[in-house]
Amino acid sequence: MHRFANPARFLKIARPLTGWLFWPGLLLLLAGSACGLFVTPADYLQGQTVRILYIHVPAAWLGMGGWSGIAIAALMQLVWKHPLAAVAGRAIAAPGALFTAICLMTGSIWGRPTWGTWWEWDGRMTSMLVLFFLYLGYIALGNASARQAQQGGVSNVTAIFGLVGAINIPIINRSVVWWNSLHQGPSITLRGSSIDGSLLWPLGLTLLGFTLLFGAIVLMRMRAILAQNKVEARMQRLARG
Amino acid sequence: MKAKHQRLILALAALVALVGAGLLAASALKDEAAYFYAPNDVRTKGVEPGKAVRLGGMVVKNSLKRAADGVTIRFDVTDGKATVPATFSGIAPDLFKEGSGVVAEGSFDAKGTFVATNLLAKHDERYMPRELEGMNYNESTHEMKAER
Repeated sequence: MHRFANPARFLKIARPLTGWLFWPGLLLLLAGSACGLFVTPADYLQGQTVRILYIHVPAAWLGMGGWSGIAIAALMQLVWKHPLAAVAGRAIAAPGALFTAICLMTGSIWGRPTWGTWWEWDGRMTSMLVLFFLYLGYIALGNASARQAQQGGVSNVTAIFGLVGAINIPIINRSVVWWNSLHQGPSITLRGSSIDGSLLWPLGLTLLGFTLLFGAIVLMRMRAILAQNKVEARMQRLARG
Repeated sequence: MKAKHQRLILALAALVALVGAGLLAASALKDEAAYFYAPNDVRTKGVEPGKAVRLGGMVVKNSLKRAADGVTIRFDVTDGKATVPATFSGIAPDLFKEGSGVVAEGSFDAKGTFVATNLLAKHDERYMPRELEGMNYNESTHEMKAER
């Protein structure tokens, strides 16, 4: 991994990779959404509202996946002092928070006609809301301690916060199994899927599409931070004369 | 020992302690964080009358009856181990029906009937098109078979 510690070498790969992730991601996302809206049949019980699943599930996956990424980056930052890990952590935070918010909002919109309520304090919803607040805290702490940070990344304190916050991820995942909850149990498990195949297949498209798009956003943000570093370094050199 | 290894061991030890603490907290919360009581929880633990709780389970088939006033419904809630009678006055959500999941907010009266003030329909993890409705679903294999 330390081969990519050099920003120049990282950028050489990141620059073309951004486009390779962005355009196929966007294409898959649009194709999956169109199929999910017009091709698949309505659910026997939920009717048309089932279609929100094609956005809700990828958003939930990326909200949780984003924090897992932050935790891995934090570990690399604290243990191996990888210079790009801090930058990666900062780059992941905003899109992670965005997708967590999308997950909460789409879930709420789905909950009203299905359950009869916009919001209930059950285990799954509460732990997901906690994840959203963790993201906000991570972003705020990262900005507040920016002076101690190196190279436009997050500070070590923020990295520790990211590592500690990772405890919430298995709690979100298991919340519907450990506790009686209003949110249904897992539909897709290692044993198979209780979502019928005719409804399931566009989810694969949007899941992959959103994930590629997320990767592209993270790379773009990392590149922006690295470019900002370069600008600042040059300004300092100019100021010194 | 290199400083790098020291940091790795420290971080892993902290992580193990953290996960342990989280799991302990979660298991201690096990009952408190439950969103609702299942009928069997009511039977084994007992819920005092008048205490505001939620009751969750399946609406027993053929148990749903509408009272003479037109707005009060009576039904039985079961989790397969125990069954509790419940009443509700008001408008039930669209998805509320016999044989599907429900979460009712309210309290028990002195006779052990659950008086609900609000009904929520609980959706299960099954998603399928209308053509497959009424087919039998095998929970362990996730397979659908036509009803005989």
